[in-house]
Amino acid sequence: MSQPSISKSMTIGESGLAVVFAVTAFLCVIASAKALDAPFAFHAALSAAASVASVFFIVNRYFERPAALPPQEINGRPNYNMGPIKFASFMAMFWGIAGFLVGLIIASQLAWPALNFDLPWISFGRLRPLHTSAVIFAFGGNVLIATSFYVVQKSCRARLAGDLAPWFVVLGYNFFILIAGTGYLLGVTQSKEYAEPEWYADLWLTIVWVVYLLVFLATIFKRKEPHIFVANWFYLAFIVTIAVLHLGNNPALPVSVFGSKSYVAWGGIQDAMFQWWYGHNAVGFFLTAGFLAIMYYFIPKRAERPIYSYRLSIIHFWALIFLYIWAGPHHLHYTALPDWTQTLGMTFSIMLWMPSWGGMINGLMTLSGAWDKLRTDPVLRMLVVSVAFYGMSTFEGPMMSIKVVNSLSHYTDWTIGHVHSGALGWVGFVSFGALYCLVPWAWNRKGLYSLKLVNWHFWVATLGIVLYISAMWVSGILQGLMWRAYTSLGFLEYSFIETVEAMHPFYIIRAAGGGLFLIGSLIMAYNLWMTVRVGEQEVQMPVALQPAE
Amino acid sequence: MKAILTVHNLASDLVTTIWTPVFVAIFLAIIAYAFWPRNKAAFDKAAHLPLREE
Repeated sequence: MSQPSISKSMTIGESGLAVVFAVTAFLCVIASAKALDAPFAFHAALSAAASVASVFFIVNRYFERPAALPPQEINGRPNYNMGPIKFASFMAMFWGIAGFLVGLIIASQLAWPALNFDLPWISFGRLRPLHTSAVIFAFGGNVLIATSFYVVQKSCRARLAGDLAPWFVVLGYNFFILIAGTGYLLGVTQSKEYAEPEWYADLWLTIVWVVYLLVFLATIFKRKEPHIFVANWFYLAFIVTIAVLHLGNNPALPVSVFGSKSYVAWGGIQDAMFQWWYGHNAVGFFLTAGFLAIMYYFIPKRAERPIYSYRLSIIHFWALIFLYIWAGPHHLHYTALPDWTQTLGMTFSIMLWMPSWGGMINGLMTLSGAWDKLRTDPVLRMLVVSVAFYGMSTFEGPMMSIKVVNSLSHYTDWTIGHVHSGALGWVGFVSFGALYCLVPWAWNRKGLYSLKLVNWHFWVATLGIVLYISAMWVSGILQGLMWRAYTSLGFLEYSFIETVEAMHPFYIIRAAGGGLFLIGSLIMAYNLWMTVRVGEQEVQMPVALQPAE
Repeated sequence: MKAILTVHNLASDLVTTIWTPVFVAIFLAIIAYAFWPRNKAAFDKAAHLPLREE
């Protein structure tokens, strides 16, 4: 296929990256040989293998490709780059199922503790960060990368910047997930919630994330559309803020460059405050800003209606940016954190009601004139219900940040219920809706394989969410009330184990809800798989797009 | 060194004192920009952007 053409030569990017990966492979082999602990040796070996594979991928791709790089435009229309988007969409579905499954396993372990089989690798303490990272960073992250690469191209009417760079982002990010996830199972953690990966994984993520930012910015810079669409603002806020949070929360000194263990730069309450500044803004800028970008692009597109109020979207964006960053201290109520800081966190959390509900109204009202489509289009219904869940959980969150409410809710299952109404209802459903749109678009299919299956997914998953969050609300409030119950003599009325016993039925209901949510995602995976395999090709496209195998 | 620290302290005092009004002013300016009558046409056009692509 590859005829030697006159001027075919490697680009600087191709040759440079191949050399960098070759050197990295060499260094990783040395690190693996000199490793102080087994997980580090494993990760170094994994990195060496991935580096060698990258060199092979780059060189092989060079030999396979024509002399000229893909054109920016074909017949005056942008030549959109769909490859990395397809890969990230596939990985999102894969990690989603894995993450929901691990969630179901740990929910079942809480109901029936014997299910950890006394094995350290699958104990709750190791599987729990695997679950949270898999659903947030692996599933959610891949959805965000896939949709952001799609939206920035379409709304800028420009091909994604870079040739290898977008591939570096999607492959590098998923390699980070692999290192982080296997690390948790092997006991490698820096014990910071949602920031568990150790120093070497953090360094790798930093490189990948900076390239992500550059690809996104460079695409915006070469846009043909003069206006930068609001979804791109939200994506950009997500990418920039996650970079800042990641660098802010992770300064650590490794015990040795050949070992996995590190110590964080600061301790005590400073560390706690940094951690929850990070933790809550991961909610605000990863799980909110990024997915709001999805809302602002995919809902208008699917409903075929313009954004209800573009003015409101501008105010929504800036209000969210100005307020969210201060809300972190509400995670540290009644701790050693100075009281004024706690009150500050609570105040900003309550103020967040305004932009959150402004955004929700903007998303819902975009359907004005198209409400009937909710009856006929289950994908749109999923997107809209996600916005309703967004409104619900962003009402609940500020309420729980009020100190007196928090004194009841904190450390109970109420928090878990709150998180999951946001995670399953908002982030999950908006991601599902986006993937149901994105897969036919990226693979150039006329539509989904089956809307009936989407309908099944919708109802099964919705039932699962309702079971999950109502079980956790009841369980959490019960737990909180039992903890603070006193006898007439001033003694605590219940021992701790009595409160644990009282949770048992709710834990079973929760696991059932999680099981339904997982079943829904399996229905979805089948539907998307069939869409790619047997879906009808959109007409009038060059045969250059090969069908997936 | 002492002079540098004094300058640093003065600068940090200044920044920590005025950032609240500065941020409020910026935010008010953004609201004014969003509601400026002359921008309405451009925003209405932007609201249709996802529907307008090839």
